[in-house]
This record gives sequence, C-alpha cells and structure tokens, in this order.
Amino acid sequence: MGGWLGRQRWLLRMGAGWLAAPMERHGRAAATSASSAREPVPGGPDGRRREPLRRRANSASAPAVGASAEGVRRDRPGSYSGATSASRQRVESLKKKRPLFPWFGLDIGGTLVKLVYFEPKDITAEEEEEEVESLKSIRKYLTSNVAYGSTGIRDVHLELKDLTLCGRKGNLHFIRFPTHDMPAFIQMGRDKNFSSLHTVFCATGGGAYKFEQDFLTIGDLQLCKLDELDCLIKGILYIDSVGFNGRSQCYYFENPADCEKCQKLPFDLKNPYPLLLVNIGSGVSILAVYSKDNYKRVTGTSLGGGTFFGLCCLLTGCTTFEEALEMASRGDSTKVDKLVRDIYGGDYERFGLPGWAVASSFGNMMSKEKREAVSKEDLARATLITITNNIGSIARMCALNENINQVVFVGNFLRINTIAMRLLAYALDYWSKGQLKALFSEHEGYFGAVGALLELLKIP
Amino acid sequence: MAECGASGSGSSGDSLDKSITLPPDEIFRNLENAKRFAIDIGGSLTKLAYYSTVQHKVAKVRSFDHSGKDTEQDHEPPYEISVQEEVTARLHFVKFENTYIEACLDFIKDHLVNTETKVIQATGGGAYKFKDLIEEKLQLKVDKEDVMTCLIKGCNFVLKNIPHEAFVYQKDSDPEFRFQTNHPNIFPYLLVNIGSGVSIVKVETEDRFEWIGGSSIGGGTFWGLGALLTKTKKFDELLHLASRGQHTNVDMLVQDIYGGAHETLGLSGNLIASSFGKSATADQEFSKEDMAKSLLHMISNDIGQLACLYARLHCLDRVYFGGFFIRGHPVTMRTITYSINFFSKGEVQALFLRHEGYLGAIGAFLKGAEQDNPNQYSWGENYAGSSGLMSSSPELCPTQRARSGTFDLLEMDRLERPLVNLPLLLDPSSYVPDTVDLTDDALARKYWLTCFEEALDGVVKRAVASQPGSVDAAERAEKFRQKYWNKLQTLRHQPFAYGTLTVRSLLDTREHCLNEFNFPDPYSKVKQKDNGVALKCFQRVVSALDALDWEERQLALVKGLLAGNVFDWGAKAVSDVLESDPQFGFEEAKKKLQERPWLVDSYGKWLQRLKGPPHKCALIFADNSGVDVILGVFPFVRELLSRGTEVILACNSGPALNDVTYSESLIVAERIAAMDPVIHSALREERLLLVQTGSSSPCLDLSRLDKGLAVLVREHGADLVVIEGMGRAVHTNYHAALCCESLKLAVIKNSWLAERLGGQLFSVIFKYEVPAE
Repeated sequence: MGGWLGRQRWLLRMGAGWLAAPMERHGRAAATSASSAREPVPGGPDGRRREPLRRRANSASAPAVGASAEGVRRDRPGSYSGATSASRQRVESLKKKRPLFPWFGLDIGGTLVKLVYFEPKDITAEEEEEEVESLKSIRKYLTSNVAYGSTGIRDVHLELKDLTLCGRKGNLHFIRFPTHDMPAFIQMGRDKNFSSLHTVFCATGGGAYKFEQDFLTIGDLQLCKLDELDCLIKGILYIDSVGFNGRSQCYYFENPADCEKCQKLPFDLKNPYPLLLVNIGSGVSILAVYSKDNYKRVTGTSLGGGTFFGLCCLLTGCTTFEEALEMASRGDSTKVDKLVRDIYGGDYERFGLPGWAVASSFGNMMSKEKREAVSKEDLARATLITITNNIGSIARMCALNENINQVVFVGNFLRINTIAMRLLAYALDYWSKGQLKALFSEHEGYFGAVGALLELLKIP
Repeated sequence: MAECGASGSGSSGDSLDKSITLPPDEIFRNLENAKRFAIDIGGSLTKLAYYSTVQHKVAKVRSFDHSGKDTEQDHEPPYEISVQEEVTARLHFVKFENTYIEACLDFIKDHLVNTETKVIQATGGGAYKFKDLIEEKLQLKVDKEDVMTCLIKGCNFVLKNIPHEAFVYQKDSDPEFRFQTNHPNIFPYLLVNIGSGVSIVKVETEDRFEWIGGSSIGGGTFWGLGALLTKTKKFDELLHLASRGQHTNVDMLVQDIYGGAHETLGLSGNLIASSFGKSATADQEFSKEDMAKSLLHMISNDIGQLACLYARLHCLDRVYFGGFFIRGHPVTMRTITYSINFFSKGEVQALFLRHEGYLGAIGAFLKGAEQDNPNQYSWGENYAGSSGLMSSSPELCPTQRARSGTFDLLEMDRLERPLVNLPLLLDPSSYVPDTVDLTDDALARKYWLTCFEEALDGVVKRAVASQPGSVDAAERAEKFRQKYWNKLQTLRHQPFAYGTLTVRSLLDTREHCLNEFNFPDPYSKVKQKDNGVALKCFQRVVSALDALDWEERQLALVKGLLAGNVFDWGAKAVSDVLESDPQFGFEEAKKKLQERPWLVDSYGKWLQRLKGPPHKCALIFADNSGVDVILGVFPFVRELLSRGTEVILACNSGPALNDVTYSESLIVAERIAAMDPVIHSALREERLLLVQTGSSSPCLDLSRLDKGLAVLVREHGADLVVIEGMGRAVHTNYHAALCCESLKLAVIKNSWLAERLGGQLFSVIFKYEVPAE
C-alpha cells in the first residue's frame, strides 16, 4: 500500500509542508458567487439559491428532490450510474444487510479529500481467518500509520474510540489528503484490487462526480454518489450525538477577544434547532437547519478558505495552510487595514462605530509608503481577518434574516485556526449585541465524510 | 465607510502640470456674485459648490396706457416689450482633480467680490488635509460637515429635483444606461456607498436615516489589494486591467470541482466556488489582468450579496450605489448589477445616479444654506451649463477627456416656484412625459439630431434679428451656435449624457443655450406682431362662429384650434412657409388641414359628449401666440364658458419659441375682454382663470407643474384637460393617462413624424379619451 498518495510532484515545489491543504469544500454547496459578468450564466440568478421556503421533507429516502440549489433535479444520491450486474448485486446486498467491510465514507472537496474509516475492533478469530488479504492490509495500513505517502494525514487526535456502528464495535479514523492526489488514490485502489472486496464507496462532494468515471474505468469501482448537504447535516448530528470520546463535541469561546481570559468551553447542543450551519471550505455554504430532515441552503460566498489560502500564496509566497496561519499569527493587520480611527481619529459616533473596527480591508495598501512598510506576516494576518470578518458578517445577516440565533461554524478553514474562531465568536457577539452565539465543533471538516459513511450503513 | 480615498479620475495626475489650461471663467462661472461655498474633497477629486445669482435679460411685456389714444390703429402693436435685467439664483458645482486645488482656490480668491461670505462648508476625507490651505487662500472659515449626512442630503436633493437622475445599468444593451422616471415618493431607499469601505444606509425621510451596516471589503480593498497583487498603483489602471482579465484562471469554479458533471446536474459551471481558489499554488504565475478581474468579481459579488441581505432584512427594493468604486465606471456598475440580480433573483434593483460624484458637495452646500431653505424651492438642471454623464470617462470618450475632462460641471437653476405633479395624473409613479425615447430609438434619434442641426442656422438668424440694437448679438449668437452644436455632437455619441434623450430634452437644451447667451426670447417681436394681427380678427371670427348652428360650430371650433396650431415657428416646415409668405392666413391654414377622418379621429365621440352635461372645469394648456391662442383657443374657451364650464388657461411661465407666455396671455385676455362680454364677465367672475405652468419648455411635463396650478385644479375640480400642439400633445403626453376626460389635439407639422405615424404633413391628431370606469 505504501505507494498511494505518494506523488512527489507537489513536494518538489512546495517542500515537505504540503501534506495537506486543509480546506475542504463542498463544491456545489459552496458555489456562490457570480461568475464572469461578461458571460452570465444563463438562468444563474434563479438557479442558484434554494427556494427560500422550500425545505426538505425527507433527506434520507428522496434527498435529491428539491435538493438541488439550481432548481434542477439532480441524480438521486445513492443512485448508481453505469449499473453493471455486479454493481446491482452490491446494491441488493446493501439493501438486505449490513455491508461488507471495509467501511469508508468519502468526501471529495475542491481542495481536500476527507476519508473516514471504521476499524472494527470486535473482529472474531473466525472472522479474521476469513478476512481476505487485501482487506486486512488496508486495515493494518490505515490504522498503523498516521501519514500516508507524502500528503495523506490521519488526524489521530480526532479518532473516535469504541464506537458502535451497525452492531459492530470499533474506532472511527479521520484521514485527509489533497484532492489533486485523487488519481493516485484511485490507482492505489486498482493496484490493491479493491473491486474484489465488493465494497461500495459512498462518496459526496463535487469530486464524487468529477472522479466518478475514473473510479469506474481505472479502479473498477462503483461510486455511490451522495448529496453533500444531506451528508453534512447527517454527519454533524450523528457526531454530536456520540460526543468526542466522552467529551463534548460542540464548544464555544468565552471572552474571545481577551487573550488572557479567553476560554474554550463545551457547549451542550441539546436544542439544536433551528440552527444556522456555516460550512467554510474552499468556499462557504450557509444552511438553515430546522430539524433532522428539514433544512435549506440560505446562501454561500466564494470568499472562503480557498480565498484566504490563495491570496496568502500570492501575497506572501507561502506554500501550506499551516505556514499561512503561522505567519498570520505573527502579523499585525492594522498596518494593512484602514481602521475607523484612522479616518475619524477615534470612534465614528454618528454611526456608533468603534475606532478599532476595520473601515477598509487593505485600505492602507492604497498608499505606496505603507505598502513598503508591511511585512508578509502582516499581509497574512490581514487576509485572515478580512475573510473571517466577512464570513461572520454574512452569517450574521443570514441569522437575522432567518431569525436563528445559534450559528455553528464548521469546515476545514477552522482547523488549527483559533484566530479565526475567536474572531468569529467575538464579531458575532459584538455586532449582534449578544444575541447570536458562535459555536464550533471538534471534527470541523469531516462531517460530510461521516454522513457518507452513515449512508453506506443506512443509519438514519 | 467614508470616502477617504477616491479614484484618480483618469490618466492625469502627478505628471500633469498644475495650471488650468481652460479659460477658468468658463468653469467657475458667475463667481462675482457667488455667496455661499461648500467643498467636498475626496482622495483625488475635489467638488466645489457655490450659490450665485445670474443676471440675464428677460423680455417683459406691458400693456400700453391707452387713455386718450385710439386703440384701433392698424400699425400699433397690442403691447410693448421691454428688455429688463432679471436676477435668478443658480447653483454651480465644479469637479476637478485635487492637483488643481491650489490653482482653483487662487482663481476663486481673485474673483470673489462678495465679502459677506465668511464660512465654507467642507466634507470628504480631504477636508482635513486641505483645511489650512482653504482657510489661508480664501480667508474663509472651514466648517466640517459629516460625510454621510452630506451624501444623503445630496442624494435626496438630486432624486427630487433632477428628472432621470437614477438609472439602471444594462450590459449588452444600447445604450447601457436606462433612466428611471422619478418616483413621486423617493423614500425609503437604501444607499450603498462604496468608498474605501462600504456603508449601507437606510434613508426613511428627508431628515431621518440610519447606518444599518457596512463592510470593510470595498474600493480600498480593490485598490490596496490590487496594488499589492499587480504592482499597479492607480485605481483606474487596476479597473482597466480587470476589464481585460480572465478570472477563471484564478478562481475555482463549480466546474473545477464537479468536472463535466455540472452540466448533467444542471449546475452553472461558471459560478465561482472559491475566489482565488486556484491561486493556492506556487507553481503557476498569474497575470495581472486575471488577478485584477478575480479581485473585482470577488469584491463586487460580496458587496452585492451584503446589499441584498440588508435590503431583504429591511424590506427595501431600491438600492442606490455610490462612492468612488462606482463613480462613472461601467466596469464596476456592470459587476455590481450582475451581483445584485444574482443574489436577489431580480427582486432588488441596483440603481446608479448621474450626479453621484456631486452628492457630498451638494449636501454640504445644503447644510450651509439651510437658512435660505433651498429645499422649499424646485431646481432644474441647466443643460447648457452642465457636463453630461461620463464627460470625464476615459473609457467612453478619450478625445473629449483629453480636452476638457479635467473639469466637470453641474448647474442648477432655482425655479421661481415649486413644481408638483398634476393632480389629475392617473398614476404619477408610472407617468412618462415623453412619447419617444430617443436613447432607445436609434432611427428617430438620428433624424431628430439632424433636424435640430439643420434648424440651427435659422435659430441663430432669428436670435440675431430679435436684438437689432445690440452690438454683440451676432457674436453671442455665434457662441450659442457653437455651444448647442457641441451639445448635439455629444448627444450623438452619448445619447444618455443628460438622461433619456427626447425631443423635449433637445428643445429644452436649445432654450437653455439661448438663455445662456442672453437671447431670452428671440420670438418676442414676432409674438407681439402675431398677437396684434390676430386680435384684430377676433371679433370677425367669433361672429362667424356665432352664426353657425350648434353642431357646425363645434366642428368649426375644433378646426380653429387645429388651424391655429399650424402657426408654429418651432416646426421647420411651417417656419419655411411663414418666412416666405407672411400673409399666410388663418383661412389658408384651415385649408391645409387634413380632411376628416383625421389620422387619429375621435371627434364623433367628443361631439356626443358635448351633447351631454357640461364639464365642471376645463384645464387648457395653450401653445402658440397669435392666431393659435387668440383665434383658436379663446373662441373654444368662450364656447366652454357659455356651456357653464369653468376654464383654467395655463401658459408657460417663461418664453419658449413662439409659445404664448403667461404674461402675454394676461394682456391678450385683457384685450379680448374689452371686445367680448363673455370673456369679460368670466374673467371678472373668475370662471376663467389664467395660470402659469411653471415651465419654459415647448413641451409639457405634467409631473413638474406650478404648485399654484395644481391647487386651482383641485379647488375647481377640473374634469377635462385639453392639451394642444405637437410639443405638448405628441412629443409629450401622447400616451399620458389621466383620471379625467382629456382632449389631445395637434397638427403634425413634421413630415418625418407624420410618416412615422402613418400620415402625411398636416395630418390631424384628435384624441379624446375618457378614463375607464
């Protein structure tokens, strides 16, 4: 198995740091912004947003109906294209009983692939005896390593232990690798003869569509494509219900603006509905969730994690998300941004604007002298603050419009990104005068993949 | 947020020399009488406002003192004309680049005569920076005004006083600007000001507005981040880069994530999933153009999205955009419009303003002028003194810009009395005065522009002839020719320059230009003569009418109205005939008329109506002097009065072509009253009322009429409106819907228009309309 995810092309240029660009994205869900004004998307304006009042009646049995943001009926998630007799058999077996191992859930985003793997720990000797070699080797490989090839990472700290799924006990592993290594992953599947396992790959995210043909032709693997918003919500609700190895999954920040007093505290999401769910991957999707099966996509923005990282690469020459965040942690955005006090000398009382508020992101960079005086760290910090504030602002407006007061932020943009989380917590609290609460979740970016796994297991 | 850095409005800037290359007296006009100043200094443009009085000549008419004289002498004119100086108020706004500020202040100082002025209102980010300079140069105390308060005051002012101020931007249509008719109630609205940051303000009334939100991602982000990414320093150059770029090379699109599947899924593959999502790599170089384009989309989309969220939260559908990010840049108007349409699904309209750049200066001025109550007056844009939209846009007019683009002017005349809607309009919010939109209709535009060009010689000749005693008349007339000619050329290339282009706006512009060069009333003598001739015929015409039986008389009265309407110096075909044959008489005019059935002929219906109960009160808009008003309108009025209908006769406040003015109508009515007991008693008993329209246009805008007229119409319960003449009933108001009966009549004296309407020269329009029950 050692070869998979082993492409070296990126390493050469990016250095060893490029193991994982941490932004996932939910392709369609995050797709938000208008494209070229020169060539408008026909029907774009009506197409994009889910009908505001249309809510999902049942996301499990017929999730595709009305699910499309484009108002066009999509493939039924869970449907199989190019149905060969073998795949039909698999479908039949899936319907009848617990699926065969291995159990995977896959979420192929614009930047990152998220893979959850259930490692059964209750394997009987008899079972072990029967376990085919390839299956065993997958299990051993995944569970005994924390890094795969040069770019795959297992987030060991997120592992959920002693979980019972479909009557089986085991551990849930969380693995990520860049989407551009998808071909290597598929090739690995072929080399290891995955298709002989008669397993089903439940996959969500835009990549489930983009790579479907490759899975089929190269890996002889049939993908079961799933709606990403369904998976996301299913995953969140499930993970929150099982907790985090005895700890709370959900948390918030107290005194987020105060370095000394800021505390990360557990939050009991006992009344989850209604809930505004903000998924920050490469782009951002915002969903209003009213019950397990009833949600709508409110809006989204193209200014997401991909924008932060993309701009940081251009402005600072950094090559990894970790590096970008590290630079940001050392920078000073007030050198880059024009603050209210830079314009008014203090608070702008006429409008109740505090002097510390940013009046113009990158506004100081209009001046040549100031451009020459800033460091890369300052620029990275300003980029982070700009993108985060904007997401907070849009989320707050959506919460107001939808009359929802708890906002859960998820997605890989928030991974190891305390600056952004604290800023979101503070901004939401400040601008809503304490009406809105920002919540976060430990498994940030993996909910889609978990949801896909749950679909495989037909767990409602 | 506040405008603290503004656009360099073009390629000029540091490298330009700081001297004013144009004759400054053409820019800072009427400075001698300037008495109140305000200044708005942005990041790169300064807007100066001042209030001034303009002295110009007006032709006044006055009745002779007839005591002891034989009034029936043939050679004597019916009244005397005297030219007097009149002082009117005018607001001047001048926009120029900050590089000229010192030179401009010097010029103002040298020409400022009025010493009462002690204070200058200042707003904008630069007000702080230039405070000392202004105080030193002008010896005026700088009073700083709140930026946003000024913006909103200015915005309210232009929305109320300038027709066609707001427009929507439609890409791929020609022209791209679609002007909105002024809604009678401009509130509430959302103003999104995109300066270096974004301020979103909800405006509820004249004095009440609320900052409801904002965003730090604005023009400063485009400029600052753009400068970092592309090493391009100037805002305009960044926009130029953006207009040439391909954002799909930098942005991660839906199709990048979904592959080809987006098509079968019905997804729009071109949608941006993640702005700059593709730039998260070090192995690729991105072009400046592509990055600038991506940045432009990112910022425009974000602002549009937030604006929609705020509009939705506050249930508003009118959103005006301003600030230097927008200012005259088709590129940003296009992306903002796209974003608003996209995020609101068409529920919210992105609106832009022709004078957006002046809002701060206008507001600051109004703040300082509160004691003069500028808001209680109506103001009118002076087409002669104002630069058009895009006058300084390098994208649209590179050659013009090179010459005069550094200065942009707006002048507004204070109207004597406030203007209001005609209370009888069926739906004031959808009323459009003009029949044909020449911005839309390229064929008609071409024809009319040429028509006005060809008529220019004649107008110049007449202007000179009207002032035989003046030594500089020829010189002034030549300047008039040049000015109006230039306006016509501008309009050929930019039909949208002054709002929707119409025959009315072309006529009004000509009147403004004539006034500009002190030809206030070139037709005064002609009108005097015509009135004299017609008055002499009045009794004969009335006796002949009285001799007819009732039904014959009704048709004769209408024919008289129409025949009188043939006498119109404004129409080229007629002026040709009249110039060559001054004896062309009333009877001959009748012969010229089309035989019934007319081109539009609802005379039968009208006659039927006349057999019913009399109207309570008729409002009549008169057209030409002479035969038209005296032998056409007055006999018709007389008949209505005899039926027991009260009559309000409305004439123009100021001169336009040979149209009868209010003051002329007073004299004419007095002279007729002396001959005719019906008119005499009606005037005395106030069953016949003479009013002024508030207009000096050969056309008629029923949404801008003198308040006194509107009051009378209400008080007397007018239930019939009669509009005569091509300018008022065909070029304008042909489609106007009223909530009472109306009669629109005209003779088509333009062969092109006649042909277009499916008739021939001197075709007759007789349109009698009764509103649906």
